[in-house]
Amino acid sequence: MKNDSLDPRIARTDLPDSGQPAAKTPLDQWETYEVFHQKARGAHHQHVGCVHASNPEMALLFAKEQYARRMKCVNLWVVRTSNVHATSYDDSDMFEPATDKSYREAFGYKNKHLIKKLKEERAAEGKA
Amino acid sequence: MNIEALKDLLYRLADDDLIIGHRNGEWTGIGPILEEDIAFSSMAQNAVGHAQAYYTLLHELLGEEHPDQIAFNRPAADFRSAQLVEMPIGDYAYSLVRHVLYDTAKPIRLDDLRNSSFRPLAELAKKLGREEKYHQLHAQTWLRQLGNATVESNARMQAALNEAYPQAFSLFEPTAMDEVIAAEGLQSREGALQAQWEEEIEQLIIGAGLKVPVVADKTAFHGGRNGRHSEHLPALLAEMTEVFAIDPAAAW
Repeated sequence: MKNDSLDPRIARTDLPDSGQPAAKTPLDQWETYEVFHQKARGAHHQHVGCVHASNPEMALLFAKEQYARRMKCVNLWVVRTSNVHATSYDDSDMFEPATDKSYREAFGYKNKHLIKKLKEERAAEGKA
Repeated sequence: MNIEALKDLLYRLADDDLIIGHRNGEWTGIGPILEEDIAFSSMAQNAVGHAQAYYTLLHELLGEEHPDQIAFNRPAADFRSAQLVEMPIGDYAYSLVRHVLYDTAKPIRLDDLRNSSFRPLAELAKKLGREEKYHQLHAQTWLRQLGNATVESNARMQAALNEAYPQAFSLFEPTAMDEVIAAEGLQSREGALQAQWEEEIEQLIIGAGLKVPVVADKTAFHGGRNGRHSEHLPALLAEMTEVFAIDPAAAW
């Protein structure tokens, strides 16, 4: 069967008549760089994904179009993935507390009623 | 203000961007690597957007037809684009080198247009210049990297340059309006822009470890600004307008 797609992009790929693409030998891949995106000056850079690139300069070039095409961006960082040091998932149990450590968490303080009371006081002072 | 001179200029600016945008968009889905495919396609889209902005000026301020009609409903002979942009995409080295030549010429022109006596054009040139910054960075980084990388990459870039460089002079083909356009302060003369481009591009070529090709006749690819095109433009337009031609009056 001749592959005559109406989509010129498919026609350009030059598929064989069988319609099955010929097997390709895998190519060497460039190394990956992790990309960090900053929305505004002073804000934290946030990890958004990675790009393949031959060097840091090319990684920045690609990161701009991969990750800063749509959302607001003022600055990008790229870091060689191989330069990132990580813990092992086998050790993820070490992050689980053995005893109740909720006192370390910043949330959970019951203070809404205090804020409400303060606001009421202020409002009352304003009227007086 | 000489309206005919202004239209002459705007059609050239717009048609160049539309046709190069379409050509570069032909790499979508078949680019050398995913990241580059996305970057190149995105820049192609930008170029089409720039064309649309110029067509909108022609339509809204100068009474020309709707941008869709201008873009999709004209025969090749009515296009004022340079012959460089209509050439087929070739291999990726050719497309990259053409991108370098084009996106080095375009910022020079946009910088000049920032001082245009036609205010809406001056404002638009400032706006488009922001996007052009990345195009220029992308083009020049690739040129420098591949020119200086390996014997093979250098040879392939040189071969592409030998082919595309003489064609690039078509970007500066002056029209009969060239002098009026300069006298009216719409844009500097094409010859002045070309001289500035030659200086910049030669530096870039040399910096990339490549040789500046010797061009015997810089007018060899002239003609596009007067509607004289190679056989490649009608073929491109046939593909580009295929869907539009099914129902030219359809609302999009």
